[in-house]
Amino acid sequence: MGLEQLQYNFLTAKVEDLVKWARRNSVWPATFGLACCAIEMMATGAAHFDLGRFGMEVFRASPRQADLMIVAGRVSQKMAPVLRNVYDQMVEPKWVISMGVCASSGGMFNNYAIVQGVDQVVPVDVYSPGCPPGPETLMHSILTLHEMIRTGEITRRRADTGAGAELRLDRPVAVATPK
Amino acid sequence: MSELAPAQEADAGPEDTGPTPVFGHPTTLSRGQLCVHPDRDSYAALVRALRDDGYQMCVDLTAVDYLGHPGRALPPGVQAERFEVVVNLLSYTPARRLRVRVQVPEPDPRIASLYEIHPAVDTQERETYDMFGIVFEGHPDLSRILMPDDWEGHPLRKDYGIGRIPVQFKGAPPPR
Amino acid sequence: MSAPPATDLNEELRVGTCGVDALRSPAAVLRLPHLPEGVEQQPTADHTMIINMGPQHPSTHGVLRVMMELDGETVVATKPVIGYLHTGMEKTGEELTYIQGPTNVTRMDYISPFHNELVFALATEKLLGIEVPPRAMWIRMMLCELNRMSSHCVWMATNGMDLGAVSMMIYGFRERELILAFFEKCSGLRMNHNYIRPGGVAADLPDGWRDDVKHILEVIPKRLAEYDQLLTGQPIFHERTQGVGVITAEECLALGITGPILRSTGLAWDLRREMPYLAYDDLDFDVIAGTYGDTFDRFAVRLNEIRESVKIVQQCMDRMPKGDYRVQDKKVTPPPRARIDESMEALIHHFKIFTEGFKVPEGEVYVAVESPRGELGCYLVADGTAKPYRMHIRGPSFVNLQALPHMMRGGLLADAVAIISTVDPIMGEVDR
Repeated sequence: MGLEQLQYNFLTAKVEDLVKWARRNSVWPATFGLACCAIEMMATGAAHFDLGRFGMEVFRASPRQADLMIVAGRVSQKMAPVLRNVYDQMVEPKWVISMGVCASSGGMFNNYAIVQGVDQVVPVDVYSPGCPPGPETLMHSILTLHEMIRTGEITRRRADTGAGAELRLDRPVAVATPK
Repeated sequence: MSELAPAQEADAGPEDTGPTPVFGHPTTLSRGQLCVHPDRDSYAALVRALRDDGYQMCVDLTAVDYLGHPGRALPPGVQAERFEVVVNLLSYTPARRLRVRVQVPEPDPRIASLYEIHPAVDTQERETYDMFGIVFEGHPDLSRILMPDDWEGHPLRKDYGIGRIPVQFKGAPPPR
Repeated sequence: MSAPPATDLNEELRVGTCGVDALRSPAAVLRLPHLPEGVEQQPTADHTMIINMGPQHPSTHGVLRVMMELDGETVVATKPVIGYLHTGMEKTGEELTYIQGPTNVTRMDYISPFHNELVFALATEKLLGIEVPPRAMWIRMMLCELNRMSSHCVWMATNGMDLGAVSMMIYGFRERELILAFFEKCSGLRMNHNYIRPGGVAADLPDGWRDDVKHILEVIPKRLAEYDQLLTGQPIFHERTQGVGVITAEECLALGITGPILRSTGLAWDLRREMPYLAYDDLDFDVIAGTYGDTFDRFAVRLNEIRESVKIVQQCMDRMPKGDYRVQDKKVTPPPRARIDESMEALIHHFKIFTEGFKVPEGEVYVAVESPRGELGCYLVADGTAKPYRMHIRGPSFVNLQALPHMMRGGLLADAVAIISTVDPIMGEVDR
């Protein structure tokens, strides 16, 4: 039963609020640290910046148990199918934060080896700029995600667009032909 | 002694010829670093002889594609080819380094593998094969290591473009 | 050198008695199907299975994929599969000028970015034939040693977490925050600083830096004593690390292994002592070496290297010379920003250096420094233009990963995680 299918009335609005509250206060990230941004992600989870206050300090290794995939780092051609594979294994509702400029747009590496933005592979909800984004920036993007969950903006959008489930990836994404 | 000592006679020109040949092969000196230039056939034997002479560790093996820069300085008698395999060796007692540069022609990019002499070159030769297309004969598992297995082309060659996508305000193609 | 027949070698591999010569045989490399023509395939025995670990895995230190051939719980052969973080940095390096080079190179070994920048800057300066002023050298040394401390703190954090001491993760990052705050004051960034540039450093140390460094040097040794209490004497830690992942000095030399792994075998080879760069020959510090070459020795080597770095930073702080923080050669170093308003020549130099870059005379050079992982080298070929013709970085983790199959052989699956952690691979410099 998804939130989208509920008939809108007073009682279900309260249920919806409760479900959204639960969802945003225990977003469990999947470990998808790739490069330098992963270190800043770990620093955000550590004591000084502490993701535990949002209920997010448990980074689940298994994507089946995770809600959020923070793509932290540059995604290479070889890694793109793996990324999609892990995303597909996650269970709805799932969200993606693209952390860092390499994940958002290819960053400073505009070349043959790096996928120019993970939104070519998975649908992204929040883009986080920085190289690497400091822990405060990452927390801001996480809070933005929480806000999007709270207003229900995410669930409405998913129903319209099909949540990127139509995207198929049979072989690595070729960005530009060489030569 | 510090490696940043002011440059001495290296200021005189880009590459001076080294004083004595090493095991019979010509040498050059670049910024005070000695470099041996064997030919393809005696390359493996030279590295083995150097290993027995004390250069026990092969620190680095890579290649350079001289397509855009054919006029580099080489000792007389060494024919410049498109590819050059560069091996850096390290000796512990005494602490010294040596570089070996071998010319590899483009139509036949094969060279002996150093795997049996220095197992350290296992991944490095695979990387050089992946990036340049130079085949190392005798390597136990010469397959692509950095690019996906079905990738076509060898990225670090000079005729392989950088693969840049045009970006607003930065759409200029790379200059070289 | 003839290779022993495959079946005998499998027996030897299982028992774990093979020495250096076994490394040289083709059977030492686990091969997979879909091989190019001409490479013969080695059939695996019936009772073994090949399992896959990674590339997305909490304990693989980034995107490392390890294929393991297991006989029950015993690891028979291993093959690390890399390339999941290949960024084309060497190709990108050919498109960037020498002043932009450190921004690219610094992201290779992202835990110790100063060392990458340092080796690139040293190689460029050697090609240019310039010498940086003493203050720049000492600033570089101090920051590199602070970086070594923060890198080893991250290593201890992830190593502890991999072995189950999860609180170590929090402690290690706590120390690192102190050091990163100082780096942010110096360079503006917590990581990937682009601070060490050819010609010197980007800016002088901030005012009051001595207080910050003094605070760091006061806090860290006390915390290291806490870690001694937490880990070093603890029986569970001993069980998990002593005798695990043993490698000998001979095997390290054959495989090209440098850094703490080599030093843990007893060979005290440290480039800062044997082939000094910057002003390391002017400093007083010890090179830490182990005895047995196992995981515990590598832990001890890295822990004590933090203590040695504390000593070095103290000396840098006491003896920091005054003077310029970058070389005064107008063709290489951009002028101070204030002068751009005053002098046309300064404006032109600034413009030329930042758009076109400075030209480096032809030549090729290989320079190496001691990074927290081993010998980090830069092979730079210049062709007289403003961009390198070929920039190759010899990443220590790339070569150290070759020790993985050897160290895991004959061990248990549970030790595999400890061994990957002790090799301390940083996939950024493995894949470049």
